[in-house]
Order: sequence, then C-alpha cells, then structure tokens
Amino acid sequence: MATKTKSLLRAQMLRSYAPENFFDEMVAADGTVRPHYARFRDLLQSLTPQEFALKRQSVDLAFMRQGVTFNVYGDSAGTEKIFPFDLLPRIIPAKEWEFLERGLTQRITALNLFLHDLYHEQKILKDGIIPPFYVLSGKHFRREFVNFNVPKDIYIHVCGTDLIRDDQGNYLVLEDNGRCPSGVSYVLENRRAMKRTFPDMFERIGVRPVEHYSQELLKMLKHIAPAGVSDPTVALLTPGAYNSAYFEHTYLARQMGIEIVEGRDLVVRDARVFMRTTKGLQPVHVIYRRLDDDFLDPTVFRRDSMLGVPGLVHAYRAGNVSLANSIGTGIADDKVMYHFVPKMIKYYLDQEPIIPNVATYLANEESDKKYILANLEKLVVKAANESGGYGMLIGPKATKAEIKEFRKKVEAEPRNYIAQPTISLSRHPTHVEDGLFEGRHIDLRPYIISGEKTVIVPGGLTRVALRKGSLVVNSSQGGGSKDTWVLYGDE
Amino acid sequence: MLSRVANSLYWMSRYIERAENIARIVDVNLQLLLDLRNLDEERLAKHWLPIVQTTGDEENFFKLHKKATAQNVTEFLVFQLENPNSLVSSICQARENARMVRDQITIELWEELNRLYWFVRTPTARQVWKESPSEFFQQVKASSLHIIGLTYATLIHNEGWRFAQVGKFIERADKTSRILDLRYQTLPEKGVPQSVSETDALEWSAILRSCSAWDAYKTIHGAEVSPRLVAEFLLLNEDFPRSVRFCVGELNDALRKISGVAEGKFSNDAEKLAGRLVAELQFSTIDEIFDAGLHGYLDALQGKLNDIGGALFNAYIFQNFNNLEDEIMVQQEEQQQQTARH
Repeated sequence: MATKTKSLLRAQMLRSYAPENFFDEMVAADGTVRPHYARFRDLLQSLTPQEFALKRQSVDLAFMRQGVTFNVYGDSAGTEKIFPFDLLPRIIPAKEWEFLERGLTQRITALNLFLHDLYHEQKILKDGIIPPFYVLSGKHFRREFVNFNVPKDIYIHVCGTDLIRDDQGNYLVLEDNGRCPSGVSYVLENRRAMKRTFPDMFERIGVRPVEHYSQELLKMLKHIAPAGVSDPTVALLTPGAYNSAYFEHTYLARQMGIEIVEGRDLVVRDARVFMRTTKGLQPVHVIYRRLDDDFLDPTVFRRDSMLGVPGLVHAYRAGNVSLANSIGTGIADDKVMYHFVPKMIKYYLDQEPIIPNVATYLANEESDKKYILANLEKLVVKAANESGGYGMLIGPKATKAEIKEFRKKVEAEPRNYIAQPTISLSRHPTHVEDGLFEGRHIDLRPYIISGEKTVIVPGGLTRVALRKGSLVVNSSQGGGSKDTWVLYGDE
Repeated sequence: MLSRVANSLYWMSRYIERAENIARIVDVNLQLLLDLRNLDEERLAKHWLPIVQTTGDEENFFKLHKKATAQNVTEFLVFQLENPNSLVSSICQARENARMVRDQITIELWEELNRLYWFVRTPTARQVWKESPSEFFQQVKASSLHIIGLTYATLIHNEGWRFAQVGKFIERADKTSRILDLRYQTLPEKGVPQSVSETDALEWSAILRSCSAWDAYKTIHGAEVSPRLVAEFLLLNEDFPRSVRFCVGELNDALRKISGVAEGKFSNDAEKLAGRLVAELQFSTIDEIFDAGLHGYLDALQGKLNDIGGALFNAYIFQNFNNLEDEIMVQQEEQQQQTARH
C-alpha cells in the first residue's frame, strides 16, 4: 500500500515539478503525490503534452464560443475576456470537505444571528463583546433597518466565504462575502468544461456533482417569499449588460428559469413591485438582487443611481417583496467585523470556531496600531470595506513608496484599516506554458445558501494567482480559476 | 414577457437581417464591377453612391469620406464602426441585444451569433476580406442565415419569438424596397420604363441577386430582365419570401398572434397600419405604381414601415415608462400620502 500512495511523481509533464517551501495541494514535501490526487495523477500521466495542449485549446475556444466571459472595466477595445481556466483540478478528499462544511455552516449561522441581533436588541454590543463604535461607524451598517423584520430572519442568503490554507495546510477563513458574492457560474461552467474534456475521469475518480446549485438557489428564493404568496414570481435584478458579472446573472436566471430584470423593468405602485411586460404590469414577489444596497433605490440610497428602482425599499419595508440578500448585510463584510466573528460564534453558539480566522490587527486599537506601523513591510494591510483585491498592501512585495502611502492612510483613518500577517498561501500545480507546470497560489470560495436549511454545494471556486509568486487571486488582478473536485472518498 | 426583452429580441433579429442584407448588396455590387469594366471615376461614383443612399446614411458617409469610391463605400458599409448601420456594427448590436436576453434564447443560437461576432471582430476577418471579399461575404451570409434558421428551428414560437419575427420582416421589407430603389435615377420619373440598355439589364439583375431573388425570378419570368418585372416581383409577389408583400403579410400575422386579435380588426396602431399596408399591396398593380412614380412609392412605403415600427413600440415597449426623476416624484407623493394616513 505504502508504495502505491507514496509512488513518486513520474508523470511526464510533472517531472520537474517541485513544491519548494510551500504547502502544495498535490505534492507532499517529500515529493510524493498526496493520496487523493493519485488517481488523477495516473490519468494525467497517460496524456502526452500535445494531447494536453489540444484539450486546453478546445476548452478556451469553448468558453469564447459560449461567451463565458467577464467584462473588463475601462477597456473599450476588448471589453470581454474569458476568465483564464487551468485544467488541473483542485481536489478535496471527503473528510476534509466534511470538516469545511461543518465550519462554514457554523460560521454562517453565527453571522445570521449576529445580523439579526444587530438590527434588533443589539445584545452583543450591550454585553461588550463588540465595541458599539465599530458597528456605528461601519460604512454598511443600515441604521434605518433597525427593528425591521426580514423574512424568515435570514439576512445572508448567499455567502461566498474565502478560504485559504497556510504553509502547514491549515484552513483559514480570509473573508466573508455577504453582499452579492459572484463567481458561482464559473463553478458550474468549469465543471461542464472539465466533463467535456475528461469525460471518463469523473466516474473513475468519484467526484461529487455541483449542478444542483441553481435548484437550491431557487428553492431558497421561494422559501423567503412574502407571507401569503403561495406561487411567488422570482426575478434576478442585474445592474445590466455592462456589469462585470453579467454573464453570471443571465446564466443563473436561465438555470432557474426566472426573469432577469434591470431596474428600469420594475416599477413600484402602492408599495408593490411590478415588472413592465408586453401585457402590462405583473407582480414580482422575490428579488435576487445582484446590486449593492447603495444602488437599490434612488429615493432612499444614492440618488444618482440609474440602476435601481424608485420605491423598492418602501415595498420591501411593507413586506410585499423579499430581497436576497437582505439590506444591511454589508456590515458583516466589514473587515473589522471579520475580526469579531470567532467571538460571535462563541457568543451565539457557545462553540469554538471550527475554521479559524487569520490573526487580525485593528488599526483603531492603540497597541495594534503601533504594531502595524512598526511592521508594515511584513504585514498585509487592507481597507475595511474594499473588495476585489483593491485597497490592499502586501508588505513583503510593496515598494517603499507604497508602504509610505499606507502608513499615511492608516494614521489618517485607523477605523478603516486592518492588518494581517502575510500568509504563505498553499500552492497547486498549474499549467504555465508548453506543457510545463509550476506551483501557483490558490484560495477557495465555497457558496453557502441559507434557506430552510444551510446548503453548500460540494466544491466552490478555486481561484489561482497565475502570476509567478503573486498572492492575489482576483480576476481583476491576473487571477484564473480551477475546477474544484470534492471526492466521495478520501483517495 | 418583459417589454425590454421583447425590444431586444426585436432588435437582435432586425440587426441580423440588416447584416445579411449589407453582405449581399456589397457582394453583388463588387461582382457587378467585374462586368462593367472601363468605367471612369464619375461613372464609378454613380455606381457606388446610390448604394450608400439606399441605406439612408449618406450624410454620415460624407462626414467620414470625401468620395464615393469602391473602397470608401465598402469600408463604410462593412467595417466602419462609426457607421452604426455597417455590417460589423449590426452584428455587434445583434449580439449586444442577444446578450441582454441571453436567458431567452437557445444555446445554439447564442453560440452561432457569438461565433459570428468574434469572426468579424478579429483581424482574421480583414484578412479573409483582403484575400477574397466574396469569401468573407459568403461566411457572413452563411452564418446569418444559420442564425435566422436557428431562430426559427430552436426557439419556442412564443410571444418573444413573434417580436423577433416582426423585427426580421420589417427590416427585410425595408431593405428589399431600398435595394429596388438602387437604380431609380435611370428610370423615368413616372410611367413604366420601356427598353433598357445592356448595362441597365446587368444592373437590374444585380438588384435581383442583391435580394437573393435571381433564381426565384427566373423560374417565373425566365431570363428576361426588365425593370417592370423586377419591381413587380420584389414588391408584389405573393410567395417569394423577400418580397415586400410577403414580408408585410408575415409581419401582420406575427402582430396578430401577439395580441390575439383576428384579421380584419385591430387593437392598436401597429395592427391597424400593418393591416392597411397588406391590403394596399394585395390590391395594387405594378403599372399603377409606375404611373405614380416608383421612387416616390418606395419612399412612402419605407415611411409606412417606420410607422409600424413606431406604433409597435408605443403599444408594447414604451408603455408607461416614466423617466427616473418623474418616478422618484411619484414615489415620494405615494409615500407621503401613506404617511399622512397613519
């Protein structure tokens, strides 16, 4: 047995592959292939570099043909790009997934309890677990919604939680995306592409399916329909065809068989939401909105928003329309709140966090600030309310000027900055050129649906930093993706 | 069906039809030049300028180009993105509209349209064009017809599909009438034209070929090409799928299926105007049309088609679309009244 699992890496194309000083998902430090990758490695071994290159080309072509693309802002010539896709899947054995599933469920449960508390009694503030200042100064805290009851008490219906692994292979939560996380269409499309490319592998290796995501999403959306509506009309609200995630919006709407609407398709009358159709106005009961709070309703939030629907918030408050995610979840995305999630878990569930946080320093705390400013070149500094890899300093990779700039920012607005030690993200063999593979840093974003129960489709979006040495996996910053295989078994 | 979706389906199919028509017009006229050698610059301009005029974009053309040369006209009609009605612009617009209703169309249709888009958007297209314009047009035509076929064969024939049909037939009727108008300057202002020169005959057969009507025409009239027969065929033929009468008939049917209103009645202006135009085409003869003047007749016809398009929008698309400021006012009033009631 030992020889089988410890067999050396002989695959032609992986011959010169070395994990170096990183935690590698596929290859252990001693050069052996981890057991849950063994069967995939065997199949890969049977391919010549030419065959591999052909498969790669055909996948890229298929993505282009199907228009599986994202829009690049500020690029008028080629406004659409395919999200680079790497053919080597990231593989997760059953027992590891079972652990992640427990950890993520625990976390989303605590976050939803937290939001409910925050928008009602605020016990967690009164009990001194979280300093009220941090909540009240939170950019996305919607005080107008205090004491408002959301349907079924669910705030974050769809959460994309970013997980990473450190140099020992420990899973850590990097951030929670509880507003409008995107990327799930790539999970589904990547899987389709892999099935076309390696049709025989799935059964042989025993990979759990992800295709039921859309059904689960629709089930959740129907679950939160306003009281008394037995056959709700559900619509997906998109900012429009120029949004970077537009492909995903149409993809999900199509999969669920619901209407995809823009703000201008909707109209509010008597605190009820209607779609403008060729047969006149027709009611809408549940909106899966892919639009941030700020843009939802120009009569309440940003008045210059052309994307929203005047009166939508009024209809929502009247209980005539449900929104997923609820208004006001952005406070949980605040990176300062992130720091308190382990405390929330303890407070609401009386449990220890199953998946730990990355150690986080709050620049607003005097001692933390001193530490941050003294160690800028070692730390990752993040703005509390930015996403997409923007507003971030990676100390060890930054120039002196960048460090100076962040020092100023942290000193000027300590509430809006946090810092974390630079984590050496795990790496995964990734195709770089002409049949050559190198380790590239990756993360994982599973998608968690909170409806009648919590559902996590096995897998998620594995993002990979394609630039050598880069730790930034965002698509806007040179990232790509991989299919994520959760196995039925452990090998 | 969402009004915006109906609108996008309508334009998607209109733009595809437009692209295919441009491909045919330019292709046929480039080939025609091979038959008409020894033309001086002035004659050449006389050949190409009407083609720009048929598209209704003469003003825009002269903003971008000085002279109506073969190169300028083809560039303008085919590649130039500054011309919103060029072949490439039309394909971009068709795809943009398809993208907005990606959830309403089939994967087969989307993939083919997307493929055509990438074909005309990449340098390959220019390369193919340089080596053989005819090969380029062949590809665009084949793909457009493929898309038209897929729209028919893979989309469910529901309300949205009927909006696509309306878009297709309005565009086709319009383009047929414009192509027929290409040589109006060689015709007497009023009255049926008598004998035609050999060059004229070539140009009138080019008109037929620009409408993919050559073979169909021959089965009925043999090889005899006269302006009178060509005009009759392209305007009034009952069965040829690109004749104006056929297109308006189909368009009228689609409108009635959308509303469910029977023939002989109408529930909105689009149906009224379409029904009237069908009757007019059914009960007209080509000699009457020539007596009154073909060019004037075609001009008026294009105006009527525009009116049908406009009426369709008023009936189905723009109904109670407030602008944002007005809508904000409405909401504030509504909410204040409710507050007052509490």
